[in-house]
Amino acid sequence: MANKILVVLEQREGQLKKVSFEVAKAGSDLASKLSCDVEAVIVGSDITDINKIGNYGISKVTHLRNSEFANYSASGYSQAVSDFVKEINADVLIIGNTSMGKDLAPRITAKLDGGIAMDVTALEVDGGEIIATRPIYAGKALIDVKVNSDIKVFTIRPNVFNPGEPNDSLAEVSTKDVDVNLKDKVVETKQASGKLDVAEASIIVSGGRGMKDAESFKLVEDLAEVLGAAVGASRAVVDAGWRPHGEQVGQTGKTVSPNLYVALGISGAIQHLAGMRSSKYIVAINKDADAPIFQVADYGITGDVFEVVPALIEELKK
Amino acid sequence: MKIAVCVSHVPDTATKVIISDDSKTIDPNGVTYIVNPYDELAIEEALNTKEKVGGEVVVISLGTDANKETIKKALAMGVDTGVLLKDSNFRDSVSLAKALAEEIKTQEAELVFFGKQAVDYDNSITGQLAAEFLGYNCVSVVTDFNLEDNKITAEREIEGGKEVVETLLPTVITTQKGLNEPRYASLKGIMAAKRKIIEEKDATPFDNKIEVLQMKKPDGKQPGKIIGSDASAVAELVRLLKEEAKVI
Ligand SMILES: Cc1cc2nc3c(=O)[nH]c(=O)nc-3n(C[C@H](O)[C@H](O)[C@H](O)COP(=O)(O)OP(=O)(O)OC[C@H]3O[C@@H](n4cnc5c(N)ncnc54)[C@H](O)[C@@H]3O)c2cc1C
Ligand SMILES: Nc1ncnc2c1ncn2[C@@H]1O[C@H](COP(=O)(O)O)[C@@H](O)[C@H]1O
Repeated sequence: MANKILVVLEQREGQLKKVSFEVAKAGSDLASKLSCDVEAVIVGSDITDINKIGNYGISKVTHLRNSEFANYSASGYSQAVSDFVKEINADVLIIGNTSMGKDLAPRITAKLDGGIAMDVTALEVDGGEIIATRPIYAGKALIDVKVNSDIKVFTIRPNVFNPGEPNDSLAEVSTKDVDVNLKDKVVETKQASGKLDVAEASIIVSGGRGMKDAESFKLVEDLAEVLGAAVGASRAVVDAGWRPHGEQVGQTGKTVSPNLYVALGISGAIQHLAGMRSSKYIVAINKDADAPIFQVADYGITGDVFEVVPALIEELKK
Repeated sequence: MKIAVCVSHVPDTATKVIISDDSKTIDPNGVTYIVNPYDELAIEEALNTKEKVGGEVVVISLGTDANKETIKKALAMGVDTGVLLKDSNFRDSVSLAKALAEEIKTQEAELVFFGKQAVDYDNSITGQLAAEFLGYNCVSVVTDFNLEDNKITAEREIEGGKEVVETLLPTVITTQKGLNEPRYASLKGIMAAKRKIIEEKDATPFDNKIEVLQMKKPDGKQPGKIIGSDASAVAELVRLLKEEAKVI
């Protein structure tokens, strides 16, 4: 049984992040299955267009505001959200499984003595109880879990819960100024400017050792550019120093579920597959027809990346 | 300064996962266990810090006798002492973090390193939970760490970049790749580890808030179509992506 669902939205530089629409929709869908209330909260300083969250089924949102909240602070954000949960008597929280959410959700859970299920890919209701499904062993298995404490916290995997088409309703926004006593502070943000992160992209083009060397890897970037995709990499490429670790996909890199994942010159080792096998569509280009990547690919071309990829870029530009 | 490192003992990342008959756990037959890869970074950073500021490092692991192997590996790398919190039952992250926090308090450790994630259940939360139970500060997913007096400057990975965070001791840090290169245990280290003490005690029980209902295999992805073997296949690929998959 649930009383009230609170979805925790996320902003970066004052803009709602895409994952906010996904948590909003996941929260409103769950609320209708449980016939309970749902509302949203967002922590930040100045934030634009918060009311747009109404497009995804949420009619009420509270902005917990302080000028010190322009950047994320674990201590500040977790205190503000926990106090708000108590104030409105919410008992189910839905948060995005992002770098902010993964840090924030457990802090709130511990403050409220709740239980938590991370990186959830499905939320169902059975006999009035919420059943969450989550991948474990890097996606080699799934578990269904139930949270038995009064406060239940779920983080949802980005790109999995479809926010659907936005409607034109707007949410009612109330702003609440809160006091802070930050114990940890972001003093600098080093954003690789304009670069799309693999964890957030809906299309990813990844390259492996088959791209030959760091210079030739440029071809991966070129294809990513025409597709509006993020660039990913296998560990072999990261270990060789051709690409930064932030781009590594796999068990010891990032877990991704884009709509389209294009693997260029990647063999498809079990640790790589673990990070990308839940992608909706997978394309593999590899000259070895026996490469394991073809076992998970929807579409494959068994050819040389240096011939096929330039042709593919030309075709897409048409 | 007393520094603690929490380590987990997990199946090798190359493990083929087979679900047991109880439908709740994996079949341990033929599975080899390793030190959780992220925890090696945690051990290395604890040792680096000790080498800079002095003090003592204790490694803590909760689990069965089998975890001693992982504790020994840490001792061989240079950690001073080990604690095994014995428990053979399923624990969720909250009850695990409470037991670890209790031991960290007993050890009076002011700086604690965790891996950012254990590669079995991939929860990525034990360090943050323990920090909160201890009332410590916490920086997670750290790729650069500096300690000066009691002030910490740490860089954490975020989507598309890094954040530089400042905080004060006592603190929990969770470690991410890029932070350091874990050392190999030397022969001397392995010999020295044989004389180091592993203290064993029963882990304090706490209620689990999570109940595992069932473990299952993901829907197997069927191999798809091979469209061609050279550049002539690209037109068909683009058509399929547009018309069949509708992803571009
Ligand atoms: C603990 C642990 C964790 C790991 N974590 C990860 C992880 O997170 N992510 C990850 O990716 N790996 C991870 N690995 C490594 C993994 O096992 C593989 O070694 C790695 O994924 C291989 O990278 P690759 O596919 O780029 O290289 P390779 O396996 O060398 O494959 C290169 C492929 O390119 C093809 N090729 C070569 N030339 C061409 C050409 N001209 N045209 C077309 N195709 C070509 C070849 O046929 C081959 O299939 C991990 C390993 C361990 C032990
Ligand atoms: N059984 C355990 N004993 C000690 N530390 C653990 C244990 N399980 C997890 N940890 C620590 O918590 C980190 C995060 O684990 P998790 O939250 O399960 O992904 C790991 O990298 C370890 O540092």
